Amino acid sequence: MLKIDNLTVAYGGIEALKGISLEVEEGKIVTLVGANGAGKSTTLRSVVGLTKPKTGTITYMGMNLLVMKTQEMVRNGITLVPEGRRVFPNLTVLENLKIGAFYRNDEKNIKEDMEWVYSLFPRLKERTWQLSGTLSGGEQQMLAVGRALMSRPKLMMMDEPSLGLAPLIIKDIFNIIKEVNKQGVTILLIEQNANAALHIADKGYVMETGRITMAGSGKELLANPEVKKAYLGDTAHK
Amino acid sequence: MTLDLFLQHLTNGISLGSLYALIAIGYTMVYGILRLINFAHGDIFMMSVYFAFFGVATFGMPWYAAFLLAILLTGALGILVERTAYKPIREAPKISILISAIGASFLLENLATVIFGGRPKTFPQIELFTKMVDVGAVRIQMLTFMIPVITVALLIGLLYLINHTKSGMAMRAVSKDIETARLMGIDVNRTISFTFGIGSMLAAVGGIMWGLKFPSILPLMGVIPGLKCFIAAVIGGIGNIKGAVYGGFILGVGEIMLIAFLPELTGYRDAFAFILLIVILLFRPTGIMGEKISEKV
Repeated sequence: MLKIDNLTVAYGGIEALKGISLEVEEGKIVTLVGANGAGKSTTLRSVVGLTKPKTGTITYMGMNLLVMKTQEMVRNGITLVPEGRRVFPNLTVLENLKIGAFYRNDEKNIKEDMEWVYSLFPRLKERTWQLSGTLSGGEQQMLAVGRALMSRPKLMMMDEPSLGLAPLIIKDIFNIIKEVNKQGVTILLIEQNANAALHIADKGYVMETGRITMAGSGKELLANPEVKKAYLGDTAHK
Repeated sequence: MTLDLFLQHLTNGISLGSLYALIAIGYTMVYGILRLINFAHGDIFMMSVYFAFFGVATFGMPWYAAFLLAILLTGALGILVERTAYKPIREAPKISILISAIGASFLLENLATVIFGGRPKTFPQIELFTKMVDVGAVRIQMLTFMIPVITVALLIGLLYLINHTKSGMAMRAVSKDIETARLMGIDVNRTISFTFGIGSMLAAVGGIMWGLKFPSILPLMGVIPGLKCFIAAVIGGIGNIKGAVYGGFILGVGEIMLIAFLPELTGYRDAFAFILLIVILLFRPTGIMGEKISEKV
C-alpha cells in the first residue's frame, strides 16, 4: 500500500535519513521503532509532504506522493496523528472532530463516524463542548486519533501516540489501534515505546540514526536479543 | 456641559469609534492568522474610498452599485497584496515580511498619488446619508447614526462566519497550526486569502463611510487612520476580533471626549492614540482581551 524506497532527507547539511526503504502492506499494523532522533518522525513528515526529501521515492497505491500536496493526502485516505497530538486548542472537541472530516460533504456518514468515534472514546462525548486546550494529555491523544478517524482513512500513521501518557492510557490507546485496524484501516505506527508497539505489530522496523537496521515480524523483533537489549530495557545480557 | 451636548459628543465618538473598529478588525484578523501586521491595511482602506469616489463621480454609477463594487474591488486588492507581497516570503524571517508590508504600503500610497493625483478630491455627498436629523435636542447627520448600526450588523455577521461556518472553522484552525490544518485537508492558501479579502472588505465599508463623513480625500488619508486602528487593535488585544472593536470604540470615544472636555488640547488629538498605546504597552502589553502569547516551539 505504502512503499518508501531509498529515502534521503537532509536538514541543512545534516542527513536525517540516509536512504531508508520500507513497505506497509494493506490491512497490517506496521511499526517503526527506535530512539529519539533516529529519523522516525522525519520519515512520516516526508510521507505527508511536510518535509521535502533529497532523493528516493514514496508511492502509495500506485501514486507518487512526492508530487502530492499535503492537503490532498487526506482525500486519498492518508491521515497522520501528529507528534504531540496537535489538536486545535481553540476549537471545541466537536469542532476538532468535524475538522477531521473537513474535506467530506456526506453529512449523514459524518454523523455515523462521529458516533463510532464517540463509542471508541466515550470520554470525548462527555467533553463535546469543551475547548480542546483544556483536555488532559490522554484525552487530547484520544481526540487526535478520533479526528484522524473522522477522515475515514485507509492508512493511518501515528507519531508517538504513547508519548507522555500514563501506562493505563497507553494500553487504552493501543487497544483502540488494534480495534481500528480490525475495521480495515492500515496502520503505520512510530514509537519509542518499542515493547508496546511490537506487541501489536504484524511487522516492525528498527531505526537507528537515519538507517533501518533490522526488520521482521513483531514477534521476531521482540525475541531478538539485540532489540531486547537496546529497546526493551532487558538487562539480562549485561 | 449640558446633557444634550454630552450626548451629541458621545454619538460622534461612537460613530468615529465604529469606523476605527471596522478597520481595526482587518489588522487583528490578519495578525491572528499570520502573526503579521499588515501595514498596507490603511492604504487598502484609502484605495476603497477612491474606488467609491470614481464609481460615483467619474462613472456616474448609482451610489449603491458604486459602493458595492468598491467593496468587492477592495477585497480583491487585499487578496492581491497578500498574494504578491506576503505569500512568496511566508516562510522567510518575520522581519522580511514586515519590510515587505511597509513596502506594499508605500507602493499603494505612491501609486495612488501618481494615478489619482496628490490634490484632495471631494467625496460625493449622498442626501440619504448626509441629511441632518434631530433627536430631542441632539442634531446630527443621519450617517452618524447609521455608522454604528452598520458596524454592529457587520460584526454580528463576521462573528457568525468565524464561529459557525466551515470557512470560519478553517480560519481558526489555520491561526493556531498551519501544518496540522493542511493535514486536515484545509486549503491554507485559500483560507489566508479569504481572511485578507474579508478584512479588506470591512475596511472598505469603513472607508466609504469615512468618505461620506470626512469628504476631503487624499492618497495619504489612510496613514493616520491606519496607525490609529492598528493601535485600537493592540489596545483590544491583537488577534482578538471583539478586542479590536472595543479598542476602536475606546479610541473613538476617547478622542472626541478629549476635544470636547479639553478643547485647548485639540491639536493633540492624534497624540492621544499614541499615548494610549504607550500606556497599554507598559501596563498590559497583551491588550484588554488579549491572551497570553506563548512562543511556538
